[in-house]
Amino acid sequence: MSYSELYSDLVEMPGALLPIFHRIQERLGYVPQEALPEIAKALNLSRAEVHGVMTFYHDFRSEPAGRTVVKICRAEACQAMGANALVAHAEACLHTPLNSTSADGSATLEAMYCLGNCALAPAVMINGDLKGRVTPARFDALVAAAGKAVPA
Amino acid sequence: MIRVYVPRDSAALSVGADDVAAAITVQAQQRGLAVELVRNGSRGLLWLETLVEVTTPAGRVAYGPVYPEDVESLFEADFLHGGAHALGHGLTDQIPYLARQERLTFARCGITDPLSLDDYLAHDGYRGLRNALAMDAAAIVQQVTDSGLRGRGGAAFPTGIKWKTVLGAQAAQKYIVCNADEGDSGTFADRMIMEDDPFTLIEGMTIAGVAVGATIGYIYLRSEYPYAFDVLNQAIAIANQHQWLGENIQGSGKTFHLEVRLGAGAYICGEETALLESLEGKRGIVRYKPPIPALKGLFGLPTIVNNTISFASVPIIMDKGGEFYRNYGMGRSRGTLPFQLAGNLKQGGLVEKAFGLTLRELIYDFGGGTASGRPVRAIQVGGPLGAYVPASQFDTPLDYEAYVGISAMIGHGGIVVFDDTVDMAQMARYAMEFCAIESCGKCTPCRVGSTRGVEVVDRIIANQDRAANLALLRSLCDTMLNGSLCAMGGMAPYPVLSALNHFPEDFGIEAGELAA
Ligand SMILES: Cc1cc2nc3c(=O)[nH]c(=O)nc-3n(C[C@H](O)[C@H](O)[C@H](O)COP(=O)(O)O)c2cc1C
Ligand code: SF4
Repeated sequence: MSYSELYSDLVEMPGALLPIFHRIQERLGYVPQEALPEIAKALNLSRAEVHGVMTFYHDFRSEPAGRTVVKICRAEACQAMGANALVAHAEACLHTPLNSTSADGSATLEAMYCLGNCALAPAVMINGDLKGRVTPARFDALVAAAGKAVPA
Repeated sequence: MIRVYVPRDSAALSVGADDVAAAITVQAQQRGLAVELVRNGSRGLLWLETLVEVTTPAGRVAYGPVYPEDVESLFEADFLHGGAHALGHGLTDQIPYLARQERLTFARCGITDPLSLDDYLAHDGYRGLRNALAMDAAAIVQQVTDSGLRGRGGAAFPTGIKWKTVLGAQAAQKYIVCNADEGDSGTFADRMIMEDDPFTLIEGMTIAGVAVGATIGYIYLRSEYPYAFDVLNQAIAIANQHQWLGENIQGSGKTFHLEVRLGAGAYICGEETALLESLEGKRGIVRYKPPIPALKGLFGLPTIVNNTISFASVPIIMDKGGEFYRNYGMGRSRGTLPFQLAGNLKQGGLVEKAFGLTLRELIYDFGGGTASGRPVRAIQVGGPLGAYVPASQFDTPLDYEAYVGISAMIGHGGIVVFDDTVDMAQMARYAMEFCAIESCGKCTPCRVGSTRGVEVVDRIIANQDRAANLALLRSLCDTMLNGSLCAMGGMAPYPVLSALNHFPEDFGIEAGELAA
């Protein structure tokens, strides 16, 4: 399969590599390793460079994520409001440790370092939606709602 | 028709603002009442989100925090005419939290519809740029210099001096780059201005472009801010349509093209040279300086890199004059700073005030004390590289130089409050851990030192050879402070050492035992 149609309109822009990765991940949910040689060729870069950029940034994943993606803030402001306990709760609730995907593929849990919602801590982002004042009970309700919204 | 405001700021959305708006629409329809729903920005009274406002003959009246299930009772209480309700706060402008602020940069924030250019123009928008278009370049730079504005991203470098360097550089192309990476925990001022009054940022960057002869601008936005990305792109499209961006801006013959680029989850990309590398499509590795970005910046060409709030403060300076802005503040800290009250506080939010007030005023007069009701123990000021300030220093005026004097920094204005349940040894460990996770890896003191730092703090916590490990921790901090290429490794010791010096008991050190 060729991935180039996903990003051919971006190739000419200055500094195109991050926008291309973002586009592929937005469309496919991850950046398949097979796409890297192609991108390298299109941008006239070495494979090593393209691979190096991809792995430098926390955002880009090389494997598909779980059906529900939960990003949980563990930075200072959220810690001051119980983020560490919420992380432990989330790990138990989603059956997966931080920064991994549950065995059944239902959820990915990722640590974040600030979501910019520090006055309404603790904060999480579920499938791209920001949530604030997240108590453990509210966490369960939000995850349940998100799970229902996504066809299993 | 009665006008009802429900914010579209992502903090409000995070606690259900969309559902509140929908509930208001449904209730109004059921009751046969005509309401005009405006999705405004946030006022920054974040503990009251979702803050619903209604226009009355006396002014806008506030209710909050409103959840969808409160909406029916608001209608029962006739909130559309300012009726009394348990969630009512009277006239918004008279809420003390807001009334006591000095809103310059955030003057429009929460009042207007962020994406209404008409609203923007009706509230003094683009007056700064209009003035700038009638001035020569050097005069614009002089005005910014006269204002005393210093970079709001953390390093507090005088903005006018940076602009002057770029103005004086000869090049076929120059760039304006907005640092919207806002990675510090406890900060959200950049996010708010971008979501709630995006034209202010666009105007500020356009003035910078006109001032130094740069025709292309980029906003480097952290990917954690998808709502801001969306709002900025819409605002840029509107500005282009109405000739406030693009070719021949308002018939002036000046050109400025603006584009938003997303980061990808790397704290270090807030450091300006790592940011430029990232914009160029590379790994976000810090560059050696010199050359400075003002001379060799994006793609090797002269570039202004400023923080979002630095740019957003320029329109009012160009509208009302450098002198006007300079009249706020103290010492060499001129103008206002949007302080961001976060963490364990009853009333978290955005407080724009002139420099010179104190943490005590911020956290008690504005913040209302801790959310938990327990005593405040420590406050981290200025993000993850900022010091933990103990109660004995709560009266130090918030002024760049005064904070340097107590080995702390104001940085981007983030104020994160901890109550007395905090374990400061754990916070020191976290500071090292964060540095290890986010280090770009270019220099050893930061890359290796931070990882060692975590291990050493762990041993101290476990009471293994405590005295030796405490000495080792200090020596590690010293190496990082003096041997790091950038402030990531160079300042990560601040939270660690401040925790250790001000809260030794959390490291198992008895009173009086502390060796300096
Ligand atoms: C590790 C690190 C992270 C930084 N993060 C940011 C940031 O998120 N936003 C920002 O504006 N400046 C940040 N800075 C400061 C920038 O390097 C730079 O000083 C700033 O963008 C200049 O703009 P200003 O003069 O308007 O503040 C950071 C610096 C360091 C060392
Ligand atoms: S101090 Fe850390 S982040 Fe800065 S250049 Fe060195 S390794 Fe990179």
